[in-house]
Amino acid sequence: MQRRQSSKTPKQPLQGHHKNQTDLSAWRKGGRIDPEKSIQNHQTPDRQKNDRQQDSLEQALCYFEKVQERVSLKKNSVLQKHLATVESVALQRGLPPEGFEVLLNVALSGKFGDTVNTCLLKSLVPASVIPESSIISSVSWLCVGKCSGNIQLLFLKWLITVFDFIDHKEQIHALYGFFFSFLQDEKMCPYVCHLLYLLTRKENGESGMQSHLQALLSLYKLFCPELVTITLPGKMKTYFKNSEGPWKAAISAIRRRSQGNSPLSQPLFLGTAQPQSRKRKWNTQLFIPASSANRNNLEQDRGKKHVDLYGTNKSFPVEQLQTFPQLLENIHRLELPSQMGSVLTNPLLLHYMNCIKDESVYLRLNYWMGQTLQEECTWCVADNQYEDEFKDFLETVYKTECFLQEGFSSCEEFLYKSLPLWDGFCCRSQILRLVSWIPLGSFSEMKSHLYDPLAQLFFTSSLYFKCSVLESLKELLQNWLNWHVIHLDSASDPQVCSLNTTLSGLVNVVAELIQFVGWISTVALRLENNPTFLLYFILDFYETVCDMYLRYSLPLLIMPPAGVFYPALLSMDSVSLNQLCYIMYRYRTNLVAAKENEQSKKKILQFKFSSQTYQEYNQYIIAMVGCLWTSTAFQKDIHPQGLHMDEELLKKTAMQEFKTSFNIVYHPAMMGYAVLFLQQAWPDDTTFNFSLIKGKKWNWYLEYLYAQGLKGLKLFIESSINRVSQASCSKAENTQA
Amino acid sequence: PEPACGGWGQENTDPQRIAFLLRKQWTLYSVTPLYRFSNAHLRNYSRLLSAFIAAERQKGWAVEVGVELDIKVAVSSLPDLKGSDQDHAAILVELFSRSPASQKTSEEKLIWSGWFCSVCGDDFFENMPEDFTCLPLFLTNGAESYTAIVGSWFQKTFDCCFHRLAISPLNLSWMAAMWTGCKVDKTASAMELIFSVPGLLQPLDISYAIHPEDAKALWDTVQKTPGEITQEEVDIFMDCLYSHFHRHFKIRLSAAKLVKVSTAIASAHCDGIIKFLQSRYLIGVLKLLTELAVSQIQ
Repeated sequence: MQRRQSSKTPKQPLQGHHKNQTDLSAWRKGGRIDPEKSIQNHQTPDRQKNDRQQDSLEQALCYFEKVQERVSLKKNSVLQKHLATVESVALQRGLPPEGFEVLLNVALSGKFGDTVNTCLLKSLVPASVIPESSIISSVSWLCVGKCSGNIQLLFLKWLITVFDFIDHKEQIHALYGFFFSFLQDEKMCPYVCHLLYLLTRKENGESGMQSHLQALLSLYKLFCPELVTITLPGKMKTYFKNSEGPWKAAISAIRRRSQGNSPLSQPLFLGTAQPQSRKRKWNTQLFIPASSANRNNLEQDRGKKHVDLYGTNKSFPVEQLQTFPQLLENIHRLELPSQMGSVLTNPLLLHYMNCIKDESVYLRLNYWMGQTLQEECTWCVADNQYEDEFKDFLETVYKTECFLQEGFSSCEEFLYKSLPLWDGFCCRSQILRLVSWIPLGSFSEMKSHLYDPLAQLFFTSSLYFKCSVLESLKELLQNWLNWHVIHLDSASDPQVCSLNTTLSGLVNVVAELIQFVGWISTVALRLENNPTFLLYFILDFYETVCDMYLRYSLPLLIMPPAGVFYPALLSMDSVSLNQLCYIMYRYRTNLVAAKENEQSKKKILQFKFSSQTYQEYNQYIIAMVGCLWTSTAFQKDIHPQGLHMDEELLKKTAMQEFKTSFNIVYHPAMMGYAVLFLQQAWPDDTTFNFSLIKGKKWNWYLEYLYAQGLKGLKLFIESSINRVSQASCSKAENTQA
Repeated sequence: PEPACGGWGQENTDPQRIAFLLRKQWTLYSVTPLYRFSNAHLRNYSRLLSAFIAAERQKGWAVEVGVELDIKVAVSSLPDLKGSDQDHAAILVELFSRSPASQKTSEEKLIWSGWFCSVCGDDFFENMPEDFTCLPLFLTNGAESYTAIVGSWFQKTFDCCFHRLAISPLNLSWMAAMWTGCKVDKTASAMELIFSVPGLLQPLDISYAIHPEDAKALWDTVQKTPGEITQEEVDIFMDCLYSHFHRHFKIRLSAAKLVKVSTAIASAHCDGIIKFLQSRYLIGVLKLLTELAVSQIQ
């Protein structure tokens, strides 16, 4: 029976969203951790199998690391077993980074015969990255020449295929000269050329014409035209034979498998070569890797030398942005990505976006997002069945909005366009969460675009859907109020003031949202027959509403409609009653503060609560005190929709003691406590004589209730009931309206 | 002769220079504003786009920028194609193939073309920052694989989005009415409306051909103010055609879906395919299409 934490310690604005800001340490590219996803992984049935595989792979690697002398494959069943393990793990899941050094060392050291070495090399399929160090040690083995020519060739082919998987290439570049010396070997030459082609940078420009040499030369010529004087034929042709060998298919199969369901969890470092999980139309891409715009390249003159292609560029390309410290160091010269849509999957760029005030950034992002949402929406586009991908996309958009603490206009327009067509089922939680980030707008727009379609779905959908809608409208209200608080703080800044939302406009739009929620709540309670679950979400919404004046400095308070107040007051559940008590206590605190402000400031305030608000509050408080405390609800309740009943009529019900039937002892939500209290206070009495709870016992009973965690009730009674003349226990102290 | 359709049949465009746009099937796309596009770098764009195409075709191998490739790209400006001074000049992209045999004669064959344009689209992009170029309509002719490559390059380079631009039956009926009222030569071909009947196992299309003069006579009785068309007039015009058809064939076309409209001015298919037939009405048709493209973007 405990109240939620939030009512005891007032929520700070913005607090609710911290959960959506990702842990900075997890933002290294390639190290993104999604807690939900990893939990899911734990639950998969394959998990145990994977663990077993993991163990045997570790044993195999251990074996290969320690093996000393040359062993023959045929006679050695241990070797056979480990070799089979490596092969099967490699083809199924790819090898972990730490496996490469061990296996390359074995394969190139000539400890085994070529059959084993070939098998090992063919198994070198990366699961993620290949450490640069393993390549360096391999090259040194190559120089020692312990392995056969065929193995050397196979190694080079492998290296060319997996070149993009190597985590760093600085030291490999330092070995440029070593690779160059291998050119003399006739068999290796084409592959070495290909490798040099991949490795060559501008500073490496220093070598009948074979096509692989030609290719290398053409690259030299491109970078340093003055060093290559011979004329190369202009015709494009395939310079290098396919050296992809057995690895390419295995690599892509593993990638497909590991990405499986979630396009987001794939490591970002493979950004430039991201395969698609399905064949997409060329013009839609939900997740774009960040790549730099290469403005120099685009706008250079033809006559100019290609001097700026590598290295000397002043701006910092986004591809290199991997860590937060890097962002801080290069923030002044960071180049924005060529496609703004890529920021969604790049938290570091989102940080950057948060710092820069560039209209075109948001414009580009909004155009892309608007078109993508429109094109990919599963219920707007007829033949689109990729709901899961769309769901992931919406989720990402939502997280981005939480991070930036603002809604996208393209997303708002998408909701307005698609809500009338929505079945309320497809991507439900994503859509409802996006609703909570709709920016403040004009009422007419909100009504026809948001409230009307939402109400239609609300009334015709399940209880759970109703609660979800209320939850997201509460978030929407809080986001608007937070926006208001932030802009209030920066109100002295004239630039911010120019935002076309005036305070009165804001008050009106917020009031309309609250009235809308009041209306749908009233109807929903009647439709669903007042379930506690629904009441909880409704009262949760009003917990924000009752505190707007003090917590968000908004000069507006709106009481809940009678259709919400009375079901809560007469609820069968102490949670709802306690929540209502807390809300009424906060209303009182806010109204008293407003009154004091009005009186002390003397000057005419722009906004005053209408006397109707005070009047409504007083009517409710009379009804509440009449019910719970003075047992006078049937006489004193003056609300037109209230509990007032004719004495004659009440007598006809033949109820004895009808007057006390809703006080804190007899109230259906409280009677359980009263019973337990009686059992404790009079353990021998089994008659359940509730009338014993009076006078001093009444106070003990109150203490008992407070101790049971009914904090809202405590705050309400202590603030709203005048207990100076405790013996009479009578009068309610109303706010002076 | 005075402009017959509310001033949208413009004559100040040189028919010779846009003749190549006529009598070809163009597939329509909408394009969001291009970021940092500049007319000053068109030659550079040609070079980079041709390298990109070569790279896409030979995926996996690095391609040198600027060498002779088997596909030549030309990016050029079409200054005639605009509706107002605020419109950006249209941009034409052409791909030519050079077959190895004819390399010496440098014979080039046009294999794909596409153009970006905006006709009176400026109203919709007020207050657009300088860095953005608004050419919301993109039309292509040629293999879709080339459209995909060229489109991808533009998407990557100018951060824009392409989407197919379908034409709704409502807009098709507007086109039918508008084009009926336009003056053309006496030898004009028949106006043809094609409907598809929904809910059948076998696709069934109904073709409805009307003599252009009859259609014009009908439209003239419907249109109240010359140079101005209202939705109501379009509805009446179509209803008249439908009831005429019903009288003869007892088929209610209003229950079928209008999929294609062909007149002497142009023909348009609901899938977003258009063929221009008259150079003097080209700008007018483009204005309507620009409007449709803009509404898809915004």
